[in-house]
Amino acid sequence: MKKAGVVVFPGSNCDQDLVEALSRSGFEKVAKLWHKQSDLEDCDIVFLPGGFSYGDYLRSGAIARFSPIMKEVKAFGERGNFVVGICNGFQILTEANMLPGALLRNKDRLFICDYTNLVVQNPKTPITNSLKSDQVYSIPIAHGEGRFFAKEKEMDEIIEGNQILFKYATADGLTTSDANPNGSLENIAGICNRGGNILGMMPHPERVSDPRLGRADGKALLSSIRTFLD
Amino acid sequence: MIFKANVTVMPQPEILDPQGKAVEQALHQIGIGSAQNVRIGKRIEFLIEADSEKLAFDKVTEASKGLLANVIMENFKVELELN
Repeated sequence: MKKAGVVVFPGSNCDQDLVEALSRSGFEKVAKLWHKQSDLEDCDIVFLPGGFSYGDYLRSGAIARFSPIMKEVKAFGERGNFVVGICNGFQILTEANMLPGALLRNKDRLFICDYTNLVVQNPKTPITNSLKSDQVYSIPIAHGEGRFFAKEKEMDEIIEGNQILFKYATADGLTTSDANPNGSLENIAGICNRGGNILGMMPHPERVSDPRLGRADGKALLSSIRTFLD
Repeated sequence: MIFKANVTVMPQPEILDPQGKAVEQALHQIGIGSAQNVRIGKRIEFLIEADSEKLAFDKVTEASKGLLANVIMENFKVELELN
């Protein structure tokens, strides 16, 4: 039995979607964790959902990282446990220095809400281990600040450490600049830390996890995490 | 002593600033075609109590590094005046 925790910050708006999607992806228990609590309630994995925590004031994720629960989440991650940030959750993880780099305003200034095609880069992480490396996964993004950026040295370390989870690609799986929606370096859609236990991605797998809503590619990603925990 | 702190946070020079680009285009549209290199940052003001200007400066610098600026993508400048 595995229990997932979904942290709820003021301004999170994908938390309930994520709870539903995780339940549908094999997690036997899913709990919402209010940002003011400091107890992770024995969760086996913690998710930081999308939304606009604290109104995205100052910078996306900049204030949420100081929420009481984040101290616990950081310690939880440092002990080697799994932490996954989606969209705003990814932004919070970079602001908290749990993941390298930063997420800047999209290159074309637009808030983009659209499907993107993702291809797996490192197939050995929790979120990619059950995925096929020759398959394209259609997962939507919804963000204004998703342009992944890291300084050259940091970027070299990310590549050397095989820390790229997904890249934006064409429908044929080519990681061309045309397929890059927001100007992210290297078409990066998601990364992990060196240890492979802290993961962040801008696209929203929880939004495509029920075939009744059209597509279910996201369920493959979330189920992959669940399988990895066994 | 109470100081007024002004922290200016700017995107680092090598970072593309789409907001600045949009404003630059608008400046050209209103006839100021010579405007270039528009960069948009933010200014944060607050009062802070400290025993000396040096200590106030150190505190504000700590605040800037820890919260007000993200040093991966932004530079900041601290200015103090006696309130």
